[in-house]
Amino acid sequence: MNTSPGTGAKCVVLFTVNGEAKKLFVHPMERLLDVLRNDLRLTGAKEGCGEGECGSCSILLDGMLVNSCLVPVAQASGASIVTIEGMSAHALMNPLQEAFLECGGAQCGICTPGMILAAVYLLEKKPEPAPADIREGLAGNLCRCTGYMQIFEAVSKAARRRVTK
Amino acid sequence: MRSDPAEYKLVSPGNLPAVLSLLAGEPAQWLPIAGGTDVMVLYSAGKLPNRKLINIWNILELRQIEVSPDRIRIGAACTYTALRRHDIVSREFPLLAMAASWTGGIANQNRGTLGGNIANASPAADSLPALLAYEAELTLISVRGERRVAYRNFHTGYKQTVLAADELIRDISLPRRFSGYLWYARKVGARNAQAISKVCLAALGQISDGTIRDVRLALGSVAPIPLRLNKTEHALTGKKIEPSLIDTARKMVVTEIQPIDDIRSTARYRAAVAGNLVAEFLERLATERKNA
Ligand SMILES: Cc1cc2nc3c(=O)[nH]c(=O)nc-3n(C[C@H](O)[C@H](O)[C@H](O)COP(=O)(O)OP(=O)(O)OC[C@H]3O[C@@H](n4cnc5c(N)ncnc54)[C@H](O)[C@@H]3O)c2cc1C
Ligand code: FES
Ligand code: FES
Repeated sequence: MNTSPGTGAKCVVLFTVNGEAKKLFVHPMERLLDVLRNDLRLTGAKEGCGEGECGSCSILLDGMLVNSCLVPVAQASGASIVTIEGMSAHALMNPLQEAFLECGGAQCGICTPGMILAAVYLLEKKPEPAPADIREGLAGNLCRCTGYMQIFEAVSKAARRRVTK
Repeated sequence: MRSDPAEYKLVSPGNLPAVLSLLAGEPAQWLPIAGGTDVMVLYSAGKLPNRKLINIWNILELRQIEVSPDRIRIGAACTYTALRRHDIVSREFPLLAMAASWTGGIANQNRGTLGGNIANASPAADSLPALLAYEAELTLISVRGERRVAYRNFHTGYKQTVLAADELIRDISLPRRFSGYLWYARKVGARNAQAISKVCLAALGQISDGTIRDVRLALGSVAPIPLRLNKTEHALTGKKIEPSLIDTARKMVVTEIQPIDDIRSTARYRAAVAGNLVAEFLERLATERKNA
């Protein structure tokens, strides 16, 4: 990326989002979350806390689950970004969506995109997670509505279905 | 109040010499940012005093883990996830792998770095007691060259370190001679992930014929800096583990620490827990003797 000449200068940042190349002219310290939501109109990632605690702003940055509220956009230069909007074709999405519906894993839905991304990230690495793995995989995602058990159950159900298929 | 991005600068030179010359050119003007999990929290809260940041996340030299027969050298910008996934780290340095697994949720571990934890210098940081126990050595680098600093001499006071304004931590090096030790790591907090420690202990011990041959005790959140309990260690070395020794240790721990009252806990609670953790560790060491 360009090194900006002085405080206040914008810079060009190139990255791909959900497979599409993007070129942005932004302040380098803008939070990736704000760029996704405001500039690119991808509002699946939510702002819960803005300080890394809640996981509702989760995205995949070069395949890694991260909190986009803590990523300055310039650090995403050259990266491949996937948001919940880009997940619809993923093989885990159907089983996860069905299981979340059946188990009552979503109520207000604010945490849901982050929960689903964290669950996908987990199941890609551990297709048959133990309950402790699910708790660890989702420990960075807070939910004010469900009480978590429904979410853990949904992830476990999705995993079982996928494995038996 | 949230910060206005227009008031901040973030540059990304992309290689180590360029980063170092920027740091040297305007000392104390530039703040390095690695995974941003400390810096961005301050920034979002409008509490980041620095206006000029320099990206070190993309400096590949800082992301490597090199293994030689007698040492492991961990690049300062290695993430907790990289540590947890590394074969030698997880087999030979379980205290560090365990601390990495406590450091926030998975998303935080994918960004947070060991060098960031050290430089941020919070007395509550979870991986720092492990580094004390393993006798880590840091390589600090600047345009002036490199220097090695024993990690135990790195912190000089609350959030104070020997790192100069033009320096970066380049790597953290650990001797590979602790894999035969019994290890014990415990974080006491509201919960492990996403909660700042009230007390955390990293301990290593070696015992033969019922006698403690070597012992290392390092605590977080009980003093202005991460603390190695030299006096207690000294009092334990060469002794047989008996209930009376465990009792002595428990009392001695309390004289070595300087816990405080804060929003997470009280000094009294911290002192009691610190003593209990050391006692629990010694009890484990003792059963190790019976099993052997
Ligand atoms: C939700 C959440 C949970 C957390 N939980 C824990 C926890 O349980 N335990 C814990 O210990 N911490 C925790 N943290 C704190 C944080 O994740 C760690 O301290 C992390 O290691 C910081 O690394 P970083 O690369 O993100 O640092 P940054 O934010 O990039 O930098 C932190 C500081 O270190 C300096 N720095 C970074 N790298 C270098 C280098 N190579 N040389 C010199 N200076 C450098 C920076 O200039 C800055 O001052 C948590 C943070 C969040 C947001
Ligand atoms: S908004 Fe990013 S973690 Fe809460
Ligand atoms: S469903 Fe409302 S926060 Fe989780």
